[in-house]
Amino acid sequence: MKNLSRRRFLKASGAAATAGAALIGSGLANAQERAAPGATTLPYPREAITRAGALEDNVPVPFNYPDAESFCQIIKTGHPVPGGIGPDGDIVAFSTQCTHNGCPLSYDKEARTFKCGCHFSIFDPEMAGQMVDGQSTENLPRILLEHDTADDSLYAVAVEGLIYGRQCNLL
Amino acid sequence: MTQYRDRIPLPPPDAQRTNMTCHFCIVGCGYQVYKWPENREGGRAPDENALGLDFRKQLPALGIIMTPPMHNVVTDRDGSRHHIMILPDKECVVNQGLSSTRGGQMASVMFTGEGPSRQRLYYPMLFTGDDWVETNWDQALQVYAGVTKRILDSGGPEQIAFDAFDHGGAGGGFENTWGSGKLMFSAIQTPLVRIHNRPAYNSECHATRDMGIGELNNSYEDSELADTLFYIGANGYETQTNYFLAHALPNMTGKNLDKKKQWFPGESVAPAKVIFVDPRRSLTISVAEHLAGKDNVLHLAIAPGTDTALFNGLMTYVVDQDWHHERFIRDHTSGFEEALTANRMSLADCSRITGVPEADIVKAAEWAYKPKASRHYPRTMHGYEKGIIWGNDNYRIQSALVDLVLTTENVGRRGTGVVRMGGHQEGYARPPYPGGRPARYVDQEIIEGRGKMLTVWATNPFQSTLNAEQFREAVYRRSAIVRDVIGKARGASATDLADLIFDAVENRGGLFVVNIDLYRTKLSDAAHLLLPATHPGEMNLTAMNGERRMRLSERFMDPPGEAKPDCLIAAEIANTLKALYEHQGNTEMAARFAGFDWTTEEDAFNDGFRKPEGIDSQGGPTGDLATYDRLRVMGTNGVQLPIKAFKDGKLVGTEMLYTDYRFDTKDGRAHFQPAPWNGLPGTVETQRKKHRFWVNNGRTNHIWQTAYHDRHLPFRRERFPMSPLEMNPDDAKSLGIVSGDIVELHNDYGSAFAMAYLEPDIAPGQSFMMFGYDNGVVGDVVTDWTDRNLVPYYKGTWADIRKVGTMKDYKRTVSFKRRRFLSA
Repeated sequence: MKNLSRRRFLKASGAAATAGAALIGSGLANAQERAAPGATTLPYPREAITRAGALEDNVPVPFNYPDAESFCQIIKTGHPVPGGIGPDGDIVAFSTQCTHNGCPLSYDKEARTFKCGCHFSIFDPEMAGQMVDGQSTENLPRILLEHDTADDSLYAVAVEGLIYGRQCNLL
Repeated sequence: MTQYRDRIPLPPPDAQRTNMTCHFCIVGCGYQVYKWPENREGGRAPDENALGLDFRKQLPALGIIMTPPMHNVVTDRDGSRHHIMILPDKECVVNQGLSSTRGGQMASVMFTGEGPSRQRLYYPMLFTGDDWVETNWDQALQVYAGVTKRILDSGGPEQIAFDAFDHGGAGGGFENTWGSGKLMFSAIQTPLVRIHNRPAYNSECHATRDMGIGELNNSYEDSELADTLFYIGANGYETQTNYFLAHALPNMTGKNLDKKKQWFPGESVAPAKVIFVDPRRSLTISVAEHLAGKDNVLHLAIAPGTDTALFNGLMTYVVDQDWHHERFIRDHTSGFEEALTANRMSLADCSRITGVPEADIVKAAEWAYKPKASRHYPRTMHGYEKGIIWGNDNYRIQSALVDLVLTTENVGRRGTGVVRMGGHQEGYARPPYPGGRPARYVDQEIIEGRGKMLTVWATNPFQSTLNAEQFREAVYRRSAIVRDVIGKARGASATDLADLIFDAVENRGGLFVVNIDLYRTKLSDAAHLLLPATHPGEMNLTAMNGERRMRLSERFMDPPGEAKPDCLIAAEIANTLKALYEHQGNTEMAARFAGFDWTTEEDAFNDGFRKPEGIDSQGGPTGDLATYDRLRVMGTNGVQLPIKAFKDGKLVGTEMLYTDYRFDTKDGRAHFQPAPWNGLPGTVETQRKKHRFWVNNGRTNHIWQTAYHDRHLPFRRERFPMSPLEMNPDDAKSLGIVSGDIVELHNDYGSAFAMAYLEPDIAPGQSFMMFGYDNGVVGDVVTDWTDRNLVPYYKGTWADIRKVGTMKDYKRTVSFKRRRFLSA
């Protein structure tokens, strides 16, 4: 977030841009101060991740969103899944810091799940990040994506669910 | 907060902070409750929030567990609104900052007046024949006490049945077991009482107690120190999660080697070896293999119900190898030779009966009992739970296990112990049960038309008993007789209603059903009167965990409506009955209902736990040393019972029992008990011969108990909309079943419905269904067989399975990926 320029903020669309402008003035204190009039969502950046055509089935690609300290993976499942976008409705992305205790998740290609080696939580990217088993109280935070059909770009536009180790998804 | 749930308010530095022990499983993890006014929030700088953490940057992994379900907003009775945040306590030696998926949601289940908590009972409610209406405590108590008195005066206490909790944690605790126990056993004096998960008033551990060994005899720390962890019918990762993660895990990975060397100088030490006895390859086995390596994990996949044969084979082998502890046996036990003669079983027979290869039986014996390289006897901790407790002849299996443990002196030494792993927390303090042993088979008596009134107290037998379909049918049928009468009573006073209800139960075979609970449940559907209770946080409550660690969970908020602590509900019932008898001039009966002049739960605690003489209390004779003030000081670490002393402002407890070799018998010696292998009970064998699938059952990680909270929470309900039934994929294929299908299990006892969940680790011909759920009740196909003490064999039934059909929505919304953690 802190690496984003004001210009990139203003490129963001709709309510997010409004809140973003208010936020720059307010100095990033806490969630209450962020709740600028006219917005009920955080001013997430809109960031290009990759192109849909560049993704291979069942091969996750890491990226960072909404800032460099937040680790995520985008994956093309090869068949339509809940929340999937892109030409085949099969592209989803998640925060891959375990929602329980923050350990990095690894992708198991055979099981097609994200797994945590610390306390053995398992999450299903093909079912909206549902916790298959484990010790968190939350499914995986979903990175909301948009697909630009003009140039096949995939954008991360928001996060649904709290990223581990944060009071607010935007630092 | 938006629908994105992407922010969480922080407690300010001056937020109120109180101690909470998790409401749920035996482990009793420590939590801290923060409470602060709704219009305030802590800042993100470390000095601006009560957690002292810097939220201006990403916190590292393993730093803190703080998820949105750990926060909520509550409204107190004065109308003030507050944030609450309930976080696992890093200072607590039990969980060391860890939360499980169940405890981690505690804030979400606290009463807010919104969402799931709207389902709570606010007021007493009376069924009017076709509808529920709210009523006040006075009316409810007049009806309850009025019917009780009429039955007591005509048929005596044996017609007044209870189904009551006997545990700690939510729906229990020393205050509430005492209050309810004093009402049932001292005042009403009824023997017609069953316990929350079984059809009679008995112990799940009669055998080990008869042998002089209480079932909770070590500390969680002992699983950090053991050479070998021997788990029998126990699935620690799912059911005692943070005991497993915080204590057993570091032993499996070898992190504790220095600690072991320090504790046991000169002894050979190594990372723990782990043995599992379980017909099913459980989730815990997959996790243990990942942690310890497959070479250090031994899974003895016995044929269902053959535990006794396994232990007898091991005992025989150990003695034949001369690995038994002769001096210990000679100096501190009795009955060894007799038991050995009775239990003797060859390796070949043991292998044939259990289905476990001889080599694996030998390997288990070597891991657990063969002297180490340093020539010291290994320290093996035996942890058992429902595989034995709900197994084939509880008393027999437990005797055989403890015989093996005594043969090898795996009790009273650090790093050992023969312990139940536990379900609920504990918190028992009651006057002696007025019935004998064996106790009364209450379910059968209800089915056969006996008992005129049934109070179901923080339990739900409709989901959790054996032979459940028959039991439900009988209760519904007999309850309907009373409902019919109530429905026709117009303009009736409480006294009139008591008269009418009494007539229905006395003369027409009816059963008056009262449900005391947090919520309306499946059982409430058959009830006539509901009384609203509280849970920890809304009341002060003491309980102990599986290492006898007693803590005080402090009240920090008000309960909904007019809900009350169970102990005070008991007191109100007793006081109402006392007044009725006084009004009648019956001083003798009035005196029986005296001694309930409590205004707080602390009064009940002081009346029971702190006056242990002549009662059955897990606090033992030194319970009087515990006070609320002293326990508050001891925080989430509390004190391990029994308390030894109060010294320098602190309570001093007991880490391990029997270190002095003085066992709980008259002569102080531990007793061996003959426990020859006895096969499957005839009742069960009949079902086995007739039906294709063994229906194993138990808990899953996601769901606590009868799902009384969980069924209202989307995170839980969306995971398991219906009881999952794990099936072998080839078996499923042969029946045309795929994951997400609704299936029916059926046998001579009933039928149960479940959601198929294919799992390759389930052996052909076996299945595993979640126990106790509201949507799909496995107890419907469990036989009515019990052991000599009326302990059920929940895990021993067979059924056929048919596909009912496909539920598209389950397939659309539920993940059917494998729950086992498989090493990549």
